[in-house]
Amino acid sequence: MDTKKTAKERWEEARSKTPERDAEFSTMSGVPIKPLYTPEDLEDFDYDEKLGYPGQYPYTRGVYPNMYRGRLWTVRQFAGFGTARETNRRFKYLIEHGQGGLSVAFDMPTLMGLDSDSPLSPGEVGTEGVAIDSLEDVEKLFEGIDMGAISTSMTINAPAHVLLAMYVVAAQKQGVPPEKLAGTNQNDILKEYIAQKEWIFPPEPSMQVFKDMLVYATEHMPRWNTVSISGYHIREAGSTAAQELAFTLSDGFAYVEAGIEAGLDVDDFAPRLSFFFNSHIDFFEEIAKFRAARRIWATVMREKYGAKDEKSLLMRFHTQTAGVSLTAQEPYNNIARTAFEALAAVLGGTQSLHTNSFDEALALPSEQAVRIAVRTQQIAALETGVANTIDPLAGSYFVEALTDELERQAYEYFRQIDELGGVVEAIEDGFQMREIAEASARYQREMESGRRHIVNVNIYEPKDESDVELHRASLEAEREQVGNLKALKERRDNEQVERCLEAIKKACREGENVMYPTIEAVRAYATVGEICKAMQEVYGSYRETPWL
Amino acid sequence: MAKVGLDGHDRGAKIIARALRDAGMEVIYTGLHQTPEQVVEATIQEDADAIGVSILSGAHMTLLPRIVDLLKENDAEDVLVFCGGTIPKEDIPKLKEAGVGEVFTPGTPTKKAVEYLRRAVPSAS
Repeated sequence: MDTKKTAKERWEEARSKTPERDAEFSTMSGVPIKPLYTPEDLEDFDYDEKLGYPGQYPYTRGVYPNMYRGRLWTVRQFAGFGTARETNRRFKYLIEHGQGGLSVAFDMPTLMGLDSDSPLSPGEVGTEGVAIDSLEDVEKLFEGIDMGAISTSMTINAPAHVLLAMYVVAAQKQGVPPEKLAGTNQNDILKEYIAQKEWIFPPEPSMQVFKDMLVYATEHMPRWNTVSISGYHIREAGSTAAQELAFTLSDGFAYVEAGIEAGLDVDDFAPRLSFFFNSHIDFFEEIAKFRAARRIWATVMREKYGAKDEKSLLMRFHTQTAGVSLTAQEPYNNIARTAFEALAAVLGGTQSLHTNSFDEALALPSEQAVRIAVRTQQIAALETGVANTIDPLAGSYFVEALTDELERQAYEYFRQIDELGGVVEAIEDGFQMREIAEASARYQREMESGRRHIVNVNIYEPKDESDVELHRASLEAEREQVGNLKALKERRDNEQVERCLEAIKKACREGENVMYPTIEAVRAYATVGEICKAMQEVYGSYRETPWL
Repeated sequence: MAKVGLDGHDRGAKIIARALRDAGMEVIYTGLHQTPEQVVEATIQEDADAIGVSILSGAHMTLLPRIVDLLKENDAEDVLVFCGGTIPKEDIPKLKEAGVGEVFTPGTPTKKAVEYLRRAVPSAS
C-alpha cells in the first residue's frame, strides 16, 4: 500500500480501474451528480445558518418542532364529479367516515368561468369535477352539511372570487357568518398563465381581483386561506425541479407584494399563505427541492419583506405525486412510482399529501385504484418507520449539496425575473413558458435517444395492459345541469341580475373591491359565466402566444 | 396541431408539434381552448393536410367525431384527423370508426407520430 496517498486518492485510483455504466448521471432536471459526496462538498457549511432546528428559522428541517412525531401528515385526496347532488352524497359519505375536510374538484367549464350551456362546454360538464353554474348548485353541494363545522378546499383559480362569494352566501343562508368559515381556495392565477392555462382576464386585472379577495378575506374571513401557491402544474407542464421551485416562490413573492400594495401589513396575511408542490420521480432532487423551498421562503420573507411573525416565515405545503410520471403501459407499475414519490414528499416534510392512482394515465381513477393510493400513504406512515425522526436526511453530504444547488438555481431565476421587471412582466414576455418548453423538449429528447429510461416505455417492452377496470364519465350530468340552468334563468329575477352585473362592471371600472358586488350578484343567482363575462367587458380576455 | 375544448394540458401538443417541425413538416399550432368549428375553419384556411388533436380531458368522444363531421360538411373529408392523449383502449376502435385515422396513447415516441404522418400524408415532407 502506498502510504503517501490520501484515502480519497486511493479511492479515486481504485474507482478509475472499473468503467462506469453507460448512463446519464444527472438528476432528471439536469443537475450533474458526482459518484461520491464527502465533507469537502460542504466546506463552509454552518449548521445553524443553513438548517437550524425544526420549527425554527430558516425552517430547512421542517415547519413544526415535532413534525411527524407529533402528528402525521394529512392524507388529502382530491375528488369531485357530476352534479352538485352527486358530489354532495359523496361528501356526506366521507364525513360519516371521519373525514373533517372536504376538497372540491370542479369541472372544466367552471374552472374557465363558463356555464354548462356555453358552446365550449359540451363533453366537459361534470366529467373532471363537479359542475357549478349558480349559487343553487353550491347550496345543493353543501345541503345537510354544517358549513361552520367543516373546512373546505376549493381547487379554483380564475373565477375563484365567484366561488368564494357563493360559498359565503350559501353559508349565510345556513346561518353561518364568513368569520366562521374555514378552508382554502387555490386562487393562484399566476401559475395559470405559466402552466395550467385556465385563465379568463389578462394578468394585470387578475392580480387586481386577487388583491380584492385578499383584502376581503383578511378583513372578514380570518380562517380562510386565500391562495395556495402552486408549483404542481408548473412541473406537470414539463419544468425542471429548479424551475418549479423558482417560479412557484417568485409567484408567492408577487402575491406578497400585491398584498402590501393593497395596503395590508405583511404579517396580517402572510401567515395564511400556503403552497402546493409536485413530488416527481427523481428521489433526492425532490427532497432537496422541498428543503430549499422552506429555507428560501423564510429568508426572503424576513430579509426582503420584513415579516416578523414566525407564521409568515414558515412555508406550509401540500404535495401531490407526479401525474406526468405515470405510464399508460403496464399501469400497475405506477403503484411503485407513486410510492417512491410519496416517500420523497414525506422525507421533504410535507404537511399533506395526495397520492395518484395507478390508472390515471388512462382515465379518472377507479375506486379500487384510489384505495390503493391511500393505502400507499398509510404503509409509508405506519410501516416503514420514516416518520420516526425529523428530517432524517439532514447532514447527508449529497442531500445538503443538492439542496444548496437547487437554492442557487432558484436565486438565479429570481434575478432573471427581476431583470424583466417582475413576475407579471416576465409572463407577458413569455419567459417562464419558454423555459418550461425548453426543459420539456430536452427531457423528451433524452428519453427518445435512450439516455433516460422509463420502464415499459423505452426499455423492457410492455406486457398486456388491457385488463384495467376504468372509471367512465357519463353524459347524464351534462343534460341535467343544462336543464337546471335553463329553469333557473326562467325562475329568477332577471332584472335584479342585470342590476348586479352592472354593479360588478362599475366596481371593475372604478377600482372598487369587486368581492362586494360579486356577493350580491351570486345572491341574486347570477351565474359564474354571467359574472365572468361582465368582468371581461371591462378587463378584456387573455390569449397567449403559444411557445413551441 | 390543435387543442380542442377547455383542457389546458399542452405539453404533449407542443412536443409533437416540435417533433413534426424538426422532421421537416410545416406545423401550425392553434393554441389552447379551440372549438371544433374553429379548428376546422383554421384547417380550411391554412389548407392543412392533417389535423393532430391533443386531448387529455376525457371529452374525446364528443369533440373528435364533431371535427370529422364538420370536415365532411365543409367538403374537406380528405383532411386526415389523428389524435393523442389519455384515451382508454376501448374508445380507440370507436374513434377509428368515427373517422379518426390513428390514436396515440401516452408514452408513444414522437418518431411514431412522424412515421405515421409520412406514411398517411406522403406530401407532408
